[in-house]
Amino acid sequence: MANIISDETIEYVGILAKLELSDEEKEQAKKDMGNMLDYIDMLNGLDTEGVEPMSHVFPVHNVFREDVVTNGDEHEKTLANAPARSENAFKVPKTVE
Amino acid sequence: MSLMSLTAVELGKKIAAGEVSAVEATKDALAQVKRLDEKYNCYVTVDEEAALREAEAVQQKIASGELTGPLAGVPVAIKDNMCTEGMLTTCSSKILYNFKPTYTAEAVLNLRKAGAVVIGKTNMDEFAMGSTTETSFFGPTKNPWNPEHVPGGSSGGSCAAVAAEECSFALGSDTGGSIRQPSSFCGVTGLKPTYGTVSRYGLIAYGSSLDQIGPICKDVTDCATVLEAIASHDPKDSTSVSRESYDFTAALRDDVKGLRIGIPRDYFGEGLDVEVKEPILKAAKVLEEKGAILEEFDLSLVEYAIPAYYIIASAEASSNLARFDGVKYGYRTQDYNGLHNMYKKSRSEGFGPEVKRRIMLGSFVLSSGYYDAYYLKALKTKALIKQAFDRAFAKYDVILGPAAPTTAPKLGESLSDPIKMYLGDIYTISVNLAGLPGITVPCGLDSRGLPVGLQLIGDCFKEENIIRAAYAFEQSRSYAHCPAAE
Repeated sequence: MANIISDETIEYVGILAKLELSDEEKEQAKKDMGNMLDYIDMLNGLDTEGVEPMSHVFPVHNVFREDVVTNGDEHEKTLANAPARSENAFKVPKTVE
Repeated sequence: MSLMSLTAVELGKKIAAGEVSAVEATKDALAQVKRLDEKYNCYVTVDEEAALREAEAVQQKIASGELTGPLAGVPVAIKDNMCTEGMLTTCSSKILYNFKPTYTAEAVLNLRKAGAVVIGKTNMDEFAMGSTTETSFFGPTKNPWNPEHVPGGSSGGSCAAVAAEECSFALGSDTGGSIRQPSSFCGVTGLKPTYGTVSRYGLIAYGSSLDQIGPICKDVTDCATVLEAIASHDPKDSTSVSRESYDFTAALRDDVKGLRIGIPRDYFGEGLDVEVKEPILKAAKVLEEKGAILEEFDLSLVEYAIPAYYIIASAEASSNLARFDGVKYGYRTQDYNGLHNMYKKSRSEGFGPEVKRRIMLGSFVLSSGYYDAYYLKALKTKALIKQAFDRAFAKYDVILGPAAPTTAPKLGESLSDPIKMYLGDIYTISVNLAGLPGITVPCGLDSRGLPVGLQLIGDCFKEENIIRAAYAFEQSRSYAHCPAAE
């Protein structure tokens, strides 16, 4: 295996991904990511010198509209999905000490 | 005989003629669900009451002449990654186990306007990540042709529901083959339109630059009819395209004289099961006998499509799935210590292994120091793949090949080796990278009695060519009903 994923890398990626992995999951993730990167490295065999990266197949542009409200008041409907609420707000743990 | 054994268009005609009512049709669909779904697990949610209410309302509008379209009163199943107001929409994930959207996806709204009756939401690979429907939090869907086998994925629930005749037709979504591959495994017809044809508004995003909603039906006529109903230019989806024409049914004619069909040699090499290869080549022969001009060619770059896809799709997924954090909807962990710990624990407990795998990979390829080597490299590869298709479509109207290298694998065989599972997407994935339309049509059974699907790929905005070829081929055989549905 060419790609060895270090503990530090998995920790760092876990922070970026906002995932907390168990030790067992970390070991599996190191293995899976290493295998996948070995496979992906196949792309190194393809000459892409001078090729423009293509993010969209069609020329897409930003779509603008006037900043006017088109929907009604849906706060009750929206809050009905809240895991926790306090009056008209989503309830979350304290963010500032 | 169940009304669900009819095609959607046949059923629509009977309803329009007053031979049967929308309510009777919905009752038949619900009866099939009751009879079969415990075994196949096609649905995550079936809302019987809402469906019957809707059917009654639709029937009144049919009677008053307000609804006259071909799909009025026809029962439809919706993949569970499309938002339906007030009806559970889970993406087959624990993290959305209780989520009831406050609005309905544009494609589903368009269907409702056409009078179709939503009876429920179908099972899928969690967040559409998978090729077998085994990564669903709600357990795997089983293939109605043989319940020891997978239905394919990620739209496995939709395809199995159509095959088992637990609905008249269904909607699926296709990011790397998620309509075409399970359609192939389940012996039904599935169409992935040109990127931007159907609004993604209300489709819970996986890989936004690749995702496209499309119809899953018994035949090509249904697919063209449903596509006509769901396609629209929608300002709410910034990648929605305003097309010159939304007429897809005009292409339903049994005439392929002079149609130029390219057969990529790269699609028939190592890895293709001979039991898949033979019916595909026979299907090509049928089209040739009807006057199409066949030619073999080298598409090139086929093997590079899979790594490029998994970089791009995982990168987009890592960003798209950042919104699931346990704050506004869905699953929130019970015990936590502060805000960040709540985010992390909710996500770690809410997502399954395949979703975590892709979020991790996506976060990695976008991280500083690796972005150029992986993500930019993949976007450059995508550009080259698009060019390869452009060259092919300068010579051919349609590209013909298999939808998948094998028929449906057995349950439990695929997840242990992710890369092997990803390789099964080899014939479908480049179509998404290039934004092309593709259709899968059943073309035979293997020696175990499992369906084989023929894939026809067209140039961007040229659905008419693949619909024409698929329709002409279909006329040479009758629809093979799945024995379990009867």
